[in-house]
Amino acid sequence: MSQFIGFAIPGVPYGCTFAIVAVGLVLTYQATGVFNFAFGAQAYMSAYAFTRLVQGAGLPVWLAFILSVVVLAPAFGLVLDRLLFRKIPNTNTTAKLVIGISLFVGIPVLMQVLFGSQDVYNAPSILFNPNIIYFHVFTAPFSGTDLSSVVCTVAVLLGLVILMRFTNLGLQMRGAVESRRLVQLDGVNSGTVVATAWAISSFMAGLAGVILAPLNNQLSFLPYATLMVAAFAAAAWASLRSLPIAAIVGVLMGMLTLLLEGYLPSSSSFSAAVLYSVPFIVLIAALLIVPGMRSLDDTKDPMASVDPPVPPSIQSLRAPQLDRIIRRLWYLLLGAFVVSMLTWIPPTWTFVFNEGLAFSVIFLSITLITGMGGQLSLAQATLAGVGAFTAAQLANHLGLNMLLGGIVGAVMAAAVATILALASLRLKGLGLALMTIAAALFFDNSVFDQSSISNGVSLTIQQKWVGFGLFNPNGHNVFILEIIVLSVCVIAVLLIRKGTIGQYLSAMRGSETAAAGLGINLTWQRVMIFAISGAMAGIGGTLLVVQQQTINNEAFSYELGLAFVVIVVTTGVSTVEGAIQGGMGFVIIQQLLSYLPARLGGNSLVLVFFAFGALQYANHPEGILDYQKRVWTLRFERLLFKPKGPDVSVSAGPISGAGGTNGPSPVGGVIVEALGAEPGGPT
Amino acid sequence: MSVMAETATVQAELLEVSGVSKSFGGIAAVSDMTFTVSRGESVGLVGPNGAGKTTLFNCICGQLKPEQGTIVLQGESIVELPVYKRARRGLGRTYQRVEVFPDMNVREHLLVAERARRGDGHLWQDLCNKSKARPEEVERVAAVLDLVGIADRADTPVSALGLGSCRLVELARALVSDPVLLLADEPSSGLDMQETQELAHVLRTLQQERGMAVLLVEHDLAMVGAVVDRTLVMDLGSMVAVGTFDEVMADPSVRNAYLGITE
Repeated sequence: MSQFIGFAIPGVPYGCTFAIVAVGLVLTYQATGVFNFAFGAQAYMSAYAFTRLVQGAGLPVWLAFILSVVVLAPAFGLVLDRLLFRKIPNTNTTAKLVIGISLFVGIPVLMQVLFGSQDVYNAPSILFNPNIIYFHVFTAPFSGTDLSSVVCTVAVLLGLVILMRFTNLGLQMRGAVESRRLVQLDGVNSGTVVATAWAISSFMAGLAGVILAPLNNQLSFLPYATLMVAAFAAAAWASLRSLPIAAIVGVLMGMLTLLLEGYLPSSSSFSAAVLYSVPFIVLIAALLIVPGMRSLDDTKDPMASVDPPVPPSIQSLRAPQLDRIIRRLWYLLLGAFVVSMLTWIPPTWTFVFNEGLAFSVIFLSITLITGMGGQLSLAQATLAGVGAFTAAQLANHLGLNMLLGGIVGAVMAAAVATILALASLRLKGLGLALMTIAAALFFDNSVFDQSSISNGVSLTIQQKWVGFGLFNPNGHNVFILEIIVLSVCVIAVLLIRKGTIGQYLSAMRGSETAAAGLGINLTWQRVMIFAISGAMAGIGGTLLVVQQQTINNEAFSYELGLAFVVIVVTTGVSTVEGAIQGGMGFVIIQQLLSYLPARLGGNSLVLVFFAFGALQYANHPEGILDYQKRVWTLRFERLLFKPKGPDVSVSAGPISGAGGTNGPSPVGGVIVEALGAEPGGPT
Repeated sequence: MSVMAETATVQAELLEVSGVSKSFGGIAAVSDMTFTVSRGESVGLVGPNGAGKTTLFNCICGQLKPEQGTIVLQGESIVELPVYKRARRGLGRTYQRVEVFPDMNVREHLLVAERARRGDGHLWQDLCNKSKARPEEVERVAAVLDLVGIADRADTPVSALGLGSCRLVELARALVSDPVLLLADEPSSGLDMQETQELAHVLRTLQQERGMAVLLVEHDLAMVGAVVDRTLVMDLGSMVAVGTFDEVMADPSVRNAYLGITE
């Protein structure tokens, strides 16, 4: 018993670190309606500023705390609210998630670019001296760091419960989460209320950041990202509603982790896998068990009809004459690209383009699942990894050619995707996103790390595994294989979109209730689109590995899965060309950035580039590239076809940006109908 | 009654709802509701807001599972069937809160409904480009668009239509699958007086010419009076009156439910 207590008690301060982040996540969700993926990045930013102000600028701890946590963190929260989240309709869960993910991906890289990659060590503690053991609980010592963690968690929890339950501001925040416009009609300045909520939740992120900083010798983003997963799990058990439950589950997870660490053999790889798995197993269990996680997105803003609908893709609306011209230009460009790749393009760039084609196949899987299926999957990189590792290991152990192995890999990835779809049948929106990221983390930490999968670290592809002259990353054969596979995938996606299944998926995106009421089997459609997209990701993963000639345990990490979503959202998640432009743009920009001096960030800037592109999702949910295409299409239409009637000016709004009224484009007709439509459009 | 006559009566009942109850957090939204709808019959379901009419619709269509009771459609219990299977057995529905597909135009709404009802749609067909609308599908969709009076808006994206037009799209979408029973939830909400009259005429025509049964939830009592053969009145989850429209409107319990007047 004493051994049990000896293991469990140190878990309390450890669990408090999970608890404080979980409480912050729940508060942000309760006060703003956003599940803030960027919480960890915000915490890291404040912790970095705090530590540098103390160690670099020599400021006293209290002053550095005020500047970094009381001033910088809330100010950043206000900026996020003003520039991004305020523009997203309450009901658009995907937009809120994608922007949070963009910040999660972009902020750490941007900080590295801005402040350099020099290491920061020994962050100061804010309340108690970390070097002093203040007391013992049973046999467990409590240092200043432990005490800070527990005291801050309890104080913050009490403060927030009082704020949300017993103050007028808390009541207004809860109202504004449901509908900002509705509380405005009651005379509440909802803009100020939501901004205050962002300032408080960002303060929480900052506070969590400086509390966690001294727990590790070196200050880096990784512990913050890892903590986020544990916090996701604790917040999920609280249904993102109860602050005390989130805190209690956080503390229990800390205790469970240290108990397992104490009882499991320390040198076993199984023990390590179990320990790493605790947060995402707890998260998956919460998503499967807690009923509140299934109804997260059911709340509907009664004023949602005020928001304009997402404009349809410009391809479906542009004038037929222009459509013909653009189509021919695309064919011309494709022909020129193929000829150039086979003739004069230097090897450095053929490598880049070959890589881009493989990424395009993976990104097409995101077009399928998210653009067409309306399901936000954050595990597409993992599914690509399942395909790639399967093909590589079949070659490694059985000597099977990797092209054949790639087909088996695609089947395996489809099977994993099917299991994922079946496990998350009752989830949608945020719940589904969390389930897919939990699965990605499970594969990262417990599958891809295994020596039987990735040889522990990496696996080198051998020439005899591929054959057909494909063992050359910048060779013509690889290019021909990839362009054929990509073409087949593109045609398949286009046919599915145009066909009955595409129409069913479109109906499900619009209203699952009505789709089921028509006789559409939602479960079957959902499982099928998950499986097809998984297979496509698996094929893309195998192509990438064949081209890169190596595969390592971090090649398909969950961070990459998040980055993939960010990239495809930037270029347009609902179109095939968005996926291809994403794949090619990702590698081309990376290559161009590699010519920059390393001190400017080099090719890691590519993620910042796309993250900022994805931030535009708040303004243009069709994707910034699609929006730009719309603007330029309209300009060309005016230039080429010279409309005779009066023009309607084009503003940045999604509907009005769709076109003039009297030109030959069918867009005009749509706008006329929209402008002349009866009040109170569809909800 | 002879066995044969009894059998004929049973077969004439299209929908049999028996003892259906549904509560939310201990509050009874629907309590022990029992009624039938015959083939080709038009039944009005009226009552004040919060009476439980939409909850009852949701129980019949499968969006909600009742805690008690049975629901039988054409002699088959459907209470354990998922929503899509009930739809394929002939339940059509329009919704209190408009449920349209914003990425589609009006014609596509109807084409999807036409195929979904048959359970059509196979991956291989799509991949072989064999999913184009067949002439009979196009013809059928055009006929329903004409019937509902929205043929002129067939190619308009639904996101560009107003609320009234969207209600008509919903109705057309439900009708194209040729339901044996249409559950219409406040279909005249958002329509002007003329559109409401036209809608009532369409429902009456469908009932008389095609033999389609209608279960109509509606607050516009004039429309209910024009469409239904029989009226059920609900209040606080329970049935308070049944009869012809005139009979129930004269019933003191109905006046009490609507106006709070006891005589």
